[in-house]
Amino acid sequence: MGFFLETLFGGLMAGMLYALIALGFVLIYKASGVFNFAQGAMVLFAALAMARFSGWYPLWFHFESRLLANLLGFVTAAALMVAVAWLVERLCLSRLVNQDGITLLMATLGIAYFLDGLGQTLFGNDIYKIDVGMPKEPLLVLQGTFDGGVLISQEDLVAALVAATLVALLALFFQKTATGRALRAVADDHQAAQSIGIPLDRIWVIVWSVAGIVALVAGIIWGSKLGVQFSLSLVALKALPVVILGGLTSIPGAILGGLIIGVGEKLSEIYLGPMLGGGIEIWFAYVLALVFLLVRPQGLFGEKIIDRV
Amino acid sequence: MLYRENGQFKTSYRADQQLFPVLQDRVAMLALLAVAFVVLPLTAPEYLFRAILIPFLILSLAALGLNILVGYCGQISLGTGAFMAVGAYAAYNLQVRIPGMPLIASLLLGGLCATGVGVLFGIPSLRIKGLYLAVATLAAQFFTDWAFLRISWFTNNSSSGSVSVSGLDVFGLPIESPVSKYLLCLAFVSVFALLAKNLVRASIGREWMAMRDMDVAAAVIGIRPMYAKLTAFAVSSFIVGVAGALWGFVHLGAWEPAAFNIDRSFQLLFMVIIGGLGSISGSFIGAAFIILLPLLLNQVPRWFDMPLSTALASHLESMIFGALIVFFLIVEPHGLARLWSTAREKLRLWPFPH
Repeated sequence: MGFFLETLFGGLMAGMLYALIALGFVLIYKASGVFNFAQGAMVLFAALAMARFSGWYPLWFHFESRLLANLLGFVTAAALMVAVAWLVERLCLSRLVNQDGITLLMATLGIAYFLDGLGQTLFGNDIYKIDVGMPKEPLLVLQGTFDGGVLISQEDLVAALVAATLVALLALFFQKTATGRALRAVADDHQAAQSIGIPLDRIWVIVWSVAGIVALVAGIIWGSKLGVQFSLSLVALKALPVVILGGLTSIPGAILGGLIIGVGEKLSEIYLGPMLGGGIEIWFAYVLALVFLLVRPQGLFGEKIIDRV
Repeated sequence: MLYRENGQFKTSYRADQQLFPVLQDRVAMLALLAVAFVVLPLTAPEYLFRAILIPFLILSLAALGLNILVGYCGQISLGTGAFMAVGAYAAYNLQVRIPGMPLIASLLLGGLCATGVGVLFGIPSLRIKGLYLAVATLAAQFFTDWAFLRISWFTNNSSSGSVSVSGLDVFGLPIESPVSKYLLCLAFVSVFALLAKNLVRASIGREWMAMRDMDVAAAVIGIRPMYAKLTAFAVSSFIVGVAGALWGFVHLGAWEPAAFNIDRSFQLLFMVIIGGLGSISGSFIGAAFIILLPLLLNQVPRWFDMPLSTALASHLESMIFGALIVFFLIVEPHGLARLWSTAREKLRLWPFPH
């Protein structure tokens, strides 16, 4: 039982991180109808920027403080992501208005290649580490209830807390601010939003910036767990089944989908894996999402698709 | 002046329905085939076959298959690599396990196995649409990646996980030299391109296009969605499977599942979109573009005498590749094939203004 709970916690934590990446997808899809394949590349780019700048600043300005370096690195990386968002909108999206979904999807794949190349050209292609002082020692809880207790990684716990805070902040931003309301209006209906004077291009820059900063946070958390390297950009592919499981347009869906996929993946690897020869983690999430979609094609919380002739 | 159809009157239904109704098109096509079948094998250097022509032919075949699904039937698939892998491994197993199996038969049967898998993963398309389907097809991709890596029966219990074929022959003729490999691929590509061209202008192709343009309306006028979608998946994955088998047998010779990973799927989708959705010639133009671009990008620094480290060169290459893709999507969202048809309109009048 203790082992089961440990796996469950592990899955929940991993799921939280998937949800964090999925959040970026959902934000952009909601506001611009673009299925952003570049989210993974954005995570990598942001994490690389953060890792390198927080390493460079102390060398450039001769100071010791880790905290200051991280703060400056974070601000620089965030600014860089805003710049990326602005450029993407200016150079790419604004010229592809009214194109098919698949053309836009391909364009984001092009952006993904570009960002992958740019990030590694600018910041190098070694494995870098981000040290934001996350606690490394595992925590032993429930020792009284179970024999041997349940082992929880503190790092995961912090990561999950950060993710939860971020989601809460985003929810506040979307529900309570004027910009958030404008974003929701654009998500609802581009044309109607435009006709009441909401500037579409500015909204898109904002959404891509927010998605970029979410990518940065996801990149920092993944990066401090695994080191910043190219494979980070592939973790994002795992977020795809999460998004379609939760529904492409729903933020709560992204969170819940992430948790379901995270837990399902870990549990299946432990309990089904040995039967099937192991390594089923790489496809389990996709097949789970596929089977789920057969029953509910719009995902958990997606908008119901209504066809009209 | 040269490209005019004035005066070419069709006096029978046969003449009206032929594949290339314009005389100049027929001549150009025959000339192209003559160059491909006769002139190139006699003149081209070996490097050209191995590095460019053979991969180009096989990948255009795969792109052709994908184009039937995405361009004609409107079902986005990100699992093309998976269907290629199924074709390759099925053909391999047939070749290894059945003694005396002719090469052509195992290639075609490999395609048939891919058809089965394609239809299986096509079933969700009856419920799921658009981007949801795109992601759902990723399931096929990752599942086959895993299956061919972990289930050792598929690889004939090879210890390294990679499989290889050798001593190929067709009707007693050995397929070893680059020229013979090239001719084999060319024969396959020509036959399949002809088949595809005829399929898409027959009733089934029109059903696919109706499904693509508006599935509900198509269902209302009496097109069975299940039949149309599943046949598109079947035909598409058959062609893709044969292309996969050719890729493994003829181009690679020895391969492992990574040869058919998700990057391959993306690459093929790029070919189809850059070349032109819903166009047979577009598949070829797109394949040529995607294959030549990296080779060209490799050459550019050498012209300017700038030695670049391999890592930097590959990063720059991926940057330029990405930027060019975005550029082409912005300039010509309907693909390079559209450029050709615009040029044709212009040619009709050229050099006169009216």
